[in-house]
Amino acid sequence: MIKKMFIQAFTSLTLLVSGAVLANEVHIDVKAPISMSDKASLQRGAKIFVNYCLNCHSANYMRYNRLQDIGLTDKQIKDNLLFAGAKVGETMRISMNPKEAKKWFGAAPPDLSVEVRARGADWVYAYLRSFYKDDTRPTGWNNLVFDKVAMPHVLYELQGVQVLDHETHTLKVEKAGKLNPQEYDQFVGDLTNYLAFMAEPAKQSRMWIGLAVLLFLSVLFVLVKKIKAEYWKDIH
Amino acid sequence: MAAPKKVETTGLLGWIDTRFPLTSTIKGHLTEYYAPKNFNFWYFFGSLALLVLVLQIVTGIFLTMNYKPDAELAFASVEYIMRDVFGGNIIRYMHSTGASMFFVVVYLHMFRGIIYGSYRTPRELIWLFGVGIFLVLMGEAFFGYLLPWGQMSYWGAQVIVNLFSTVPFIGPDLSEWLRGDYLVSDATLNRFFAFHVIALPLVLLGLVAVHIVALHEVGSNNPDGVEIKAKKDKSTGIPLDGIPFHPYYSVKDLVGVVAFLMVFFAIVFFMPEMGGYFLEANNFVPADPLKTPAHIAPVWYFTPYYSILRAVPPIGISQFPGVVAMGLSVVAFAFLPWLDKSPVKSIRYRGALYKRWLAAFVISWVLLGYLGTIPGDAWGQFGSWLGRADRATVVARICSVVYFAFFALMPWYTKKDQTKPVPERVTH
Repeated sequence: MIKKMFIQAFTSLTLLVSGAVLANEVHIDVKAPISMSDKASLQRGAKIFVNYCLNCHSANYMRYNRLQDIGLTDKQIKDNLLFAGAKVGETMRISMNPKEAKKWFGAAPPDLSVEVRARGADWVYAYLRSFYKDDTRPTGWNNLVFDKVAMPHVLYELQGVQVLDHETHTLKVEKAGKLNPQEYDQFVGDLTNYLAFMAEPAKQSRMWIGLAVLLFLSVLFVLVKKIKAEYWKDIH
Repeated sequence: MAAPKKVETTGLLGWIDTRFPLTSTIKGHLTEYYAPKNFNFWYFFGSLALLVLVLQIVTGIFLTMNYKPDAELAFASVEYIMRDVFGGNIIRYMHSTGASMFFVVVYLHMFRGIIYGSYRTPRELIWLFGVGIFLVLMGEAFFGYLLPWGQMSYWGAQVIVNLFSTVPFIGPDLSEWLRGDYLVSDATLNRFFAFHVIALPLVLLGLVAVHIVALHEVGSNNPDGVEIKAKKDKSTGIPLDGIPFHPYYSVKDLVGVVAFLMVFFAIVFFMPEMGGYFLEANNFVPADPLKTPAHIAPVWYFTPYYSILRAVPPIGISQFPGVVAMGLSVVAFAFLPWLDKSPVKSIRYRGALYKRWLAAFVISWVLLGYLGTIPGDAWGQFGSWLGRADRATVVARICSVVYFAFFALMPWYTKKDQTKPVPERVTH
């Protein structure tokens, strides 16, 4: 036990001292179409999230009624987005057991509440567009952005089947899906936009408060400068 | 029965003053504490550090009301604060931004002390208390960083606690004792929480109090490094170049406070992550003891010393020399009052030699700070003529040597330096 601990302590130290290698580092050259003011896109994204993601992925910190922030009423949320008798004040939980999920996929699907803050919206957007067919993988799918990912391509019926050109290291569509490439990009763009909103729902409102605070402080700054000048006028 | 103390005040204030030194304390520390009249921009940061301390304590109290120091609940409780607690996101961002801004302000405050020789006689104790504050602040930041229980929290704590395992003979037992477990776990989180919210803040407040008491005993230094108490008005005994702290510096510091708050709240509201320097992206992934992140870097305010740790080569398999060097790089500041042999205090009257050493030190510190945020091999390798050494590591080694040389050679170059004559009174 002591020896094992020592080895563990030592390896994490060598890791730290040698400066760790960046594994899985992929250059992302697409920009996700993020717009917090595009309520229609956010609402479409919320619907896509609930329909396609919220079976395996939870969003345990996100309450359904927070969707009011993107212009939905409680009734709309209840009628369109709630399944299995959940209440609007509850968080987006799933019934899948993470332990069993790990058995099925090899890794438990992560909670997506703050995924965009961890990975960045561009990464998520690129990831959702970069699945390709790979028969060497247990699921039959691989991903150019996240090599050997455990997640299968859930949206393949929409995107179609992509294959990897090993020489150019690019993807091309082998079999078309229900959506053409532009439509698919918009689809995952809406989803990414929603995920970005969900990662920090109060982002928009904090910026408005911030403007008010800075405006107040600017006025206060002028005043305290005048007070200071008044007190200091006889100091030379 | 002793006769009641004679006081000049009457009424309620008189009643208090016979029982408690209220008026004399206010006079001694504010209205009749004479500060040099020539304080410049650099003199804002002491009062700003006090402001940030208060902000951290107040926001910290509100965070504690909703935070759960439990490995199962900690990460979720932070998101709960961010989403469901009224104003919680602002309180949390104020606290996380405050941590970084505390170091910004303290580093500028320390730099002020260095360039104007504020650590020199008779202010050595103020400086030592200040170094104590700096050390405790580092501990406070380190313990607090574990609490969000994200991946960086977890692995950062793991790495730092493992530093203690390099101590010869007792190392592994020591780090286990610190963690309270074989690895960073719930037990670690609980004790770090205790250190963060009560133990270190108490020490910090005590040190800040003695720092200020010592300052008011000997009086403030100033950009000219002239002792204002040497030239007093014959009839009043007030220093000729001194002005009462209140109202002059209280209103002046108010300007600094508002300007600071504008920067502070611009960060809080518009870029609380500060591009990953204040809040790291990887810390939005819950702590996972089984998944080591590819790149573990401490928060920016620790990176100069972390770079030194990485730069020092191991002896055999022991990383202990690096750990010692890192410790020394922080503690080195405490020796400044005795290393500086210059006849002058302020940089205004020092010669080119000292200024060059100071510039080299500042450049090294900044470069080390930057290098600490990137992997050691990020700049590629030198050719075979340098044994294919990592470029970043070689630069970090050079900077580390300059960093320590600034301290070690100070007695020599401050004595040799061509200084200029110091004026009798402050200049402006």
